[in-house]
Amino acid sequence: MLSVPLVVLLGQVVLGLINGAFYAVLSLGLAIIFGMLNVINFAHGAFYMLGAFVCWLLLTHVGLGYWPALVVVPLVVGAVGVVVERVFLSRLAGIDHLYGLLFTFGLALALEGGFIFVFGAAGNPYPVPDALRGIVRLGPLILPLYRFWVITASIIVCLAVWLLIEKTRLGALLRAATENPRLVTAFGVNVPLLVTLTYGACVGLAGFAGVLAAPIYQVSPTMGSNLIIIVFAVVVIGGLGSIGGSIVTGLALGVIEGLTKVFYPAGSTIVIFLVMVLVLMLRPAGLFGRET
Amino acid sequence: MAALVLPLVRSRILGALALAVLAVVLVILPYRIYPLFVMNVFALVLFASAVNLVVGYAGLLSLGHAAFFGGAAYVTAHAAKAWALPFEVSVLLGTAFAALLGLLFGLIGIRRRGIYFAMITLALAQMVYFLAVQLPFTGGEDGIQSVPRGTLLGIVDLGDIRSMYYVVLAGMVIGLVVIWRTIHSPFGHVLAAIRENEARAVSLGLDVARYKLTAFVLSAALSGFAGALKVLSFQLAALNNVSWHLSGEVVLMTLIGGLGTFAGPIIGAASLVTLEQMLATSGLPISLVIGTIFMVCVMLFRRGAWGEVRARLAALADRQGPGKS
Repeated sequence: MLSVPLVVLLGQVVLGLINGAFYAVLSLGLAIIFGMLNVINFAHGAFYMLGAFVCWLLLTHVGLGYWPALVVVPLVVGAVGVVVERVFLSRLAGIDHLYGLLFTFGLALALEGGFIFVFGAAGNPYPVPDALRGIVRLGPLILPLYRFWVITASIIVCLAVWLLIEKTRLGALLRAATENPRLVTAFGVNVPLLVTLTYGACVGLAGFAGVLAAPIYQVSPTMGSNLIIIVFAVVVIGGLGSIGGSIVTGLALGVIEGLTKVFYPAGSTIVIFLVMVLVLMLRPAGLFGRET
Repeated sequence: MAALVLPLVRSRILGALALAVLAVVLVILPYRIYPLFVMNVFALVLFASAVNLVVGYAGLLSLGHAAFFGGAAYVTAHAAKAWALPFEVSVLLGTAFAALLGLLFGLIGIRRRGIYFAMITLALAQMVYFLAVQLPFTGGEDGIQSVPRGTLLGIVDLGDIRSMYYVVLAGMVIGLVVIWRTIHSPFGHVLAAIRENEARAVSLGLDVARYKLTAFVLSAALSGFAGALKVLSFQLAALNNVSWHLSGEVVLMTLIGGLGTFAGPIIGAASLVTLEQMLATSGLPISLVIGTIFMVCVMLFRRGAWGEVRARLAALADRQGPGKS
């Protein structure tokens, strides 16, 4: 323990926060989608991958840079999500929730397979935008500016979504529609439209995370599925009951993963799953979950 | 009376005849087509049937069964190659390992239902995948190659692919008989009752978690058995045997054949493996096609092929009316 210098330790905590930021943004979307649609969106990782790819394609084929992409990509991915919800998921609403999971599983498989077929399995590098090159100093820590930006942007987005849902009228409607869709319909609200837009927005959020990830990780077809299964473990740990809970859990697990890299590097890929096992044994409903 | 008994007798005779024809075909098959392909079908038929036991009969969606199939494959391969154990012991070790892993998964996840259970099994299986990547004995990306098949009971040399074919055939039949007996036993009926109405089963005084756990462990063991047979057929244990793609594919096999039917996963596995074989030579992306079939099945054919046939037959019988037939 003492043999690890503080700077190294802090560095890994910050690196862990980056992974945690992605966990938080994705598990946040999963939790909201589950609340509204009762669907576990397995394709969430595929939409994240789609976001990174659209971002990369815009740069290489259209010449559209990082900053416009940050706005355009979530809209494109969100539009795809709206179509998927309208055409497919809305028709699965009345039956066993498991079919929604199986459908999105198939969708994720098809998207991944399709992208591997067209672009190959290898990763494509995406340059860090000029404005975000360089480093920042935080006390003894030296951190690439881009990574600092990723953490800040994700946390701001998470907080904004949390505020939107907890503090605004639209958020109140969403929460009400989650609790009792028929009553909200009786108030004259178009609930199916609300559901569609929610799915589109959350999927767009996954696309946004994909843009953030593009300059850090290689843009590759498998980047989504590798991440989404870990995010599932995060969701099981946090429980699907609370939006704030999924943000905190995501960030905390990223840090735990980072710390594991310091003390026992080989264990860093499985530590989140071990935490999941532990939580399931002590609190089966998850840290912030309600027993269902 | 005779009108009632005669069709029954006729259908019995027809059934026996069909089975006899099937048996002859299966015995001749390795002389007609590439045996290794059929052995792959057999292993996956058993695997899908084992998955159907929990997904279709007990109503527990597991997305982590590749951990049992692939885990057993690695243990069997290691036992046969590094420890040079006989064929039977290697297979037994692999199967036992899968059963133990199933018990572990079950103890951790069985209390959570539906979607949570699916996510938990998926996450646990991913942990097994990462272990398979990292542990020294699994050979990482290379896997365990040129695994010796050994001899059956020290007599029959299984290096000969046709001998191995008959062993895998026998293994599949034994596994399927176990599943058939299980679903037609009182235990199987309790599972169906839990799937249909869990609260009711609890109120009848049934220890639901225990029944589910037993079914899950049995399913894991049979999946492991299938994995052991496959790894010794191909003489290779590799990472794709433990990946989440396989867990999903095997659920798809049972789904396209018909969840909760005995013949469903057999039909589903046979057709999907055949399709993959065709795709592999065509250059089309397998995942894209499989994923698309998955989506089409969920949207349009949730009963699956065999489930659809059964439903049509039942509807036909209804229309003719009970008095006329």
